[in-house]
Amino acid sequence: MSHWIIAPVVLPAVAAALMVLALRRTLAAQRLVSLAVLLALNAIALTLLHAATTTGPQAYFLGDWPAPFGIVLVLDRLSALMVALLAALALPVTLYAIGSGWDARGAHFHPLLMFLLMGIGGAFLTGDAFNLFVFFEVLLIASYGLMTHGGGEARLRAGLHYVAFNLLGSALFLFALGLLYATTGTLNMADLAAKLPALPEGDAALLRTAAVMLFLVFAIKGALVPLHFWLPATYANAPGVTAALFAIMTKVGAYATLRFATLVFPPDLPATGLILPSLLLPAALVTLGIGAIGTLGATTLPRLAAFAGIASMGTVFLAIAQMSPAASAAGLYYLVHSTLATALVFLVADLLSRRRAHLRLDSSAPVAQPGLTGALYFAAAIALAGLPPLSGFPGKLMILDVWRDQATVIWPAILVSSFLMLLGLSRAGSLLFWKPGASPAPPAPHEPLALAAAFTLLAGLAALTVFAGPVTDWLTTTAEALYDPTASIVANRLGGSP
Amino acid sequence: MEALLASAIGLLTAVGLYLMLRRRTFPVILGLTFLSYAVNLFLFASGRLALDAAPIIGASDSYTDPLPQALVLTAIVISFGMTAVITILAIGGFLTVGHDRIDLDGDDEAPK
Repeated sequence: MSHWIIAPVVLPAVAAALMVLALRRTLAAQRLVSLAVLLALNAIALTLLHAATTTGPQAYFLGDWPAPFGIVLVLDRLSALMVALLAALALPVTLYAIGSGWDARGAHFHPLLMFLLMGIGGAFLTGDAFNLFVFFEVLLIASYGLMTHGGGEARLRAGLHYVAFNLLGSALFLFALGLLYATTGTLNMADLAAKLPALPEGDAALLRTAAVMLFLVFAIKGALVPLHFWLPATYANAPGVTAALFAIMTKVGAYATLRFATLVFPPDLPATGLILPSLLLPAALVTLGIGAIGTLGATTLPRLAAFAGIASMGTVFLAIAQMSPAASAAGLYYLVHSTLATALVFLVADLLSRRRAHLRLDSSAPVAQPGLTGALYFAAAIALAGLPPLSGFPGKLMILDVWRDQATVIWPAILVSSFLMLLGLSRAGSLLFWKPGASPAPPAPHEPLALAAAFTLLAGLAALTVFAGPVTDWLTTTAEALYDPTASIVANRLGGSP
Repeated sequence: MEALLASAIGLLTAVGLYLMLRRRTFPVILGLTFLSYAVNLFLFASGRLALDAAPIIGASDSYTDPLPQALVLTAIVISFGMTAVITILAIGGFLTVGHDRIDLDGDDEAPK
């Protein structure tokens, strides 16, 4: 049993405690610890990715208590991929925060960042439904701090909405877990997968209720319409670096949906059947539409980025809703792409906020360094709209391909929304860069590290495009493994194996 | 006993939801608190209701499930912390803005 599985949870937790207790007044030391932890996390994530690829699902028994009585962490290809994506996103975003000075604008940026990493990493790795709730709370409480980092009136008030919405989601999560425990007597995900097919028929209605409540919680996290209302104000008011980090938080909702829909409530389970895909599909279509229309109507660049993020979540959920290995592989590819692309566009918006008098989308203020920032914006817009040559294009192509049999409804939805996003992004770009106003642009700040961080994300997108073939092959095997829960049940040493 | 507990949970949830839909931050926070009370009772009941039963096998004639009690304890600690956070946020908002209305008026923070 490899102890590295728990490192993505323990390492940030220890670092955060160290920073709060010992390094609270020395920002330079906090930065060093933060970067060291992130570099280590990247190395660990790659090791875990390699381990998951070669050996299949492994369980880590906390305190060596046997499942389902103790808590387990489960490393499989999907959780390893998500942890690697988290580490790969957090490193450039943290470099950006250091390079742009965001981490100096309020106390405790780095400890909060570490707690956020701990919560998200734990949510990806855990194999226990109640433990998933606990890690959701850890990541949420850290995100509350990061969301209001730097202070400001609108930020505080938007933060209150965000917290209230998520507390309601947490209450719903607990109701669902209580129902699940009352009907099955277990909360270990693999144990649930093993026990649910033998559920007495009288409990089917209770189980369906629990399943739908769980998916409502994940839909809140994943900003699925009509539960997306918290997102635009939150992301538009959060500091740019925080919004870029939050790009992976909506993906936690998508990850949890995929995990529960394949492991715990698979489509062939008689009690729930196809109830989840049938709810997910229309919601995903509407999400895509709302996101695309929102990019057309947005009045500021951060708000535009937030709506583009909502549209990308719609696309991811659209792929998940088909509940087939090929569609899930396409969805995972698009998930990785949209995490990087959304983070990039938030970083570009933040770069522009110091090079322009304001971020309203009108032609009243010129931009300093228009060539450099304009090129970055152009690349981010291409990625978000799904145009070639960046990875949004193969991602959307794969999702179109898996929905070939329902092309009359779903193809127009994806294509028209992509076109609307293209229009919205071009409109914003031409207003920002091509119509300089009369007033002089603010002096361009010298922040090479922040620019390098933004270009690193762009390089990640380019690499995802170049290696689309091998990545897709790997993701297809990952998705096929998801639809066969036996390996996960065996890894938890359940189902008769000693 | 089941009917009493079920109606108590239902009443607490209804009160919580009603208060959450109010326009000022204080009732909203109270509503969240009521909702968390309802959730805690519900979690407690998910291990079935039993009278005079210890959560230890052999300590009494029958035994009760200890796990929901551990879950409730975790949920209480978390909801307590979250209530503290949202209260601080609400007070911070009230002190900077001067009123405690919860609706946003559409103006975003100019990200600086």
